Amino acid sequence: MNADTVRRVGLSLAAPALAIILSLAITSAVLAAAGNDPFDTFKQMIEYAKEPRTTAMIINGSVTYYFAALAVAFGFRMNLFNIGVDGQYRLAAMLAAAVGGAVSLPPILHVGLILLVAVLVGGLWAAVAGLLKVYRGVSEVISTIMLNSITTALIAFLLTTDKLAVQAEGSNNIGTKPIPASGQVPGIGLVPDSPLKVYGLIVLAVIVGFLYWFVIEHSRFGFDLRAAGRNEEAAVASGVNVKRMILISMAVSGGIAGLVGMPQLLGSSYTYSLDFPAGIGFTGIAIALLGRNTALGVAIGALLFGFLDNSSQILDLEGVPKEIVMITQGVIVLSVVIAYELVRRYRIVAQQREVGRRLSEPPAPAAGNDKTPQGAQA
Amino acid sequence: MLRVTKLVAVAAAATFALAACGGGSSDGSSDAGDTGSAKSDVKVGLAYDVGGRGDQSFNDSAGVGLDKAKSEFGIDVKELEASANETDSAREERLRLLAQGGYNPVIAVGFAYATSLGKVAKEFPDVQFGIIDDSSLEKVSNVTSLVFAEEQGSFLVGAIAAEASKSGNVGFVGGVNTPLIQKFEAGFKQGAESVNKDIKVQVKYLTQPPDFAGFNAPDKGETTAQGMIDAGADVIYAAAGGSGSGVFKAIAAAGKGNWAIGVDSDQYLTADSAVKDYILTSMLKRVDTSVYDFIKSAVDGKVLTGKQEFDLSDEGIAYSTSNDAVKDYEAKADELKKQIISGDIKVSATP
Repeated sequence: MNADTVRRVGLSLAAPALAIILSLAITSAVLAAAGNDPFDTFKQMIEYAKEPRTTAMIINGSVTYYFAALAVAFGFRMNLFNIGVDGQYRLAAMLAAAVGGAVSLPPILHVGLILLVAVLVGGLWAAVAGLLKVYRGVSEVISTIMLNSITTALIAFLLTTDKLAVQAEGSNNIGTKPIPASGQVPGIGLVPDSPLKVYGLIVLAVIVGFLYWFVIEHSRFGFDLRAAGRNEEAAVASGVNVKRMILISMAVSGGIAGLVGMPQLLGSSYTYSLDFPAGIGFTGIAIALLGRNTALGVAIGALLFGFLDNSSQILDLEGVPKEIVMITQGVIVLSVVIAYELVRRYRIVAQQREVGRRLSEPPAPAAGNDKTPQGAQA
Repeated sequence: MLRVTKLVAVAAAATFALAACGGGSSDGSSDAGDTGSAKSDVKVGLAYDVGGRGDQSFNDSAGVGLDKAKSEFGIDVKELEASANETDSAREERLRLLAQGGYNPVIAVGFAYATSLGKVAKEFPDVQFGIIDDSSLEKVSNVTSLVFAEEQGSFLVGAIAAEASKSGNVGFVGGVNTPLIQKFEAGFKQGAESVNKDIKVQVKYLTQPPDFAGFNAPDKGETTAQGMIDAGADVIYAAAGGSGSGVFKAIAAAGKGNWAIGVDSDQYLTADSAVKDYILTSMLKRVDTSVYDFIKSAVDGKVLTGKQEFDLSDEGIAYSTSNDAVKDYEAKADELKKQIISGDIKVSATP
């Protein structure tokens, strides 16, 4: 690792670090303006996060966010903005829950079937947007937002007691038939002393994260994807079938999105009901931005958001409005964009300066005893 | 700022309403409130549903009940709010934090807490929990279910709507299409048809779950009500929380002879002066009474348990009569009310 590599890594870490520092500063200012001690507030959050149960909750929240952010990031790498992750995972979770509750199979097969349904539904639903883009030139930004609304209507249509839903006696909630034990994924006691177990599907999250890294960075497909994402014309010229790439990457992005609801469904609620968490797809966009669309960066971003979401619960109890973390999250996303732009400009300026320095260096003396070839230091 | 002012207005109005008809539930031991000096060492924790204070709907109503108990009994209270799109584990944690913090009883506002409460109630057998709008945990001994017969009150306002309608065409605007709001729809339809079997009832919901914006979208309420008026409706029942104000606006714009019907609290008392005269009556769902009664029972040392049903017979469900215009229809409504209480009329809770 030479000095250049160190500099490059440092620069790519600078942006998210800058964003986090900036958002902490702004959050502190808001807290102070509202009459709360910022240091005390952060301390409370950290103390609370260190409790074993909270730690497990943070990890569980992050697992869910990780899938969402990877789904968005996969699209981003191909220069596709999949805003439809939210709809894709909700439809996938609802249909997978319905299938899971309707059949009875041996344990591993049962879980496998539910996951397969989820991935297929998410993938096919996203592929609709892909097809529209490829054959009709409809921007995926528009079509995926529309598909989110259609998802909501579709679920409302299907989730009624005369179709896919059941209503428990005395409850005002309705949901799909609960998935029997053979379709549930047991938790892992990853956090010592925590009564709450970590979602078993954290293993799947790690596997999908690894595959993401491998496919994007180390496969022919990933190379084509990145090439098409950076410069479509150049990719076409080098023989990449961009239409095919768009379709495939939309479907893969949707397939990953299909997994978003699975940790919650198979590890905790076992049914898709009216209060199944929605909106995770949008959080995923923020985390993908923060994590620079890399498997590791996104994981760190997911943990950060999981921490903010869960450790803020303690604040209300202490009289600090927990909405403060929404300010933190919002500022992180905004400042990430600004920080990347600042770092990018700094890079360009630094490059120009470097070039300028080399050009203005006095030419090597013409005297015959200097045998160092020009440019050896470059 | 506007929100705060509105909130104060709602709270003030609801307190008046409580003073007016609270006689039924307080069994003669109201001395604690008179002096204000009697301090109870009961600590009450309350977890709101999404929307929290200021939703002009059932969260606010629960808050009113809590405030009343607080000022009357001098108790310690802690209120925690929910975030949109949260998971069961977040709800669970909120209830756990309250129980851990020594709050007893702990009240969960809204059916969404049922699953999480089922888990937390087991962890804290010595804490009494209350849950509003759910009775699926009826058999758990330390959970008190506070449920309402919304269909009964909706039946009465449905009958009033049918009586008041000249066009024979009335509307129902539901906030979000959930089984809970369908109970309002079911009662309203049956009530209207009991008066005029040929009546046309238009039914629209503003949003579908998980989009719960329909409870707080006055603009959607207004356009939907406008559409119903254009299609011939002259009386519209708004079972849509904060969106109801949009329905009132549309009715007021349509002018005299058109009526709106409010929900949950007496909206004649809380609405803007420009529209209040168009609010014929409101279907009262006394979440505030249920919260107050529950806390009072805990303060008195005889905490309510099991399933506590609030309906027409105990005034937990009622219709408001603060607008004089409703006088013409009261006789009919009270007759129907008697028949429902006696069981002569059975109101179905599903449309």
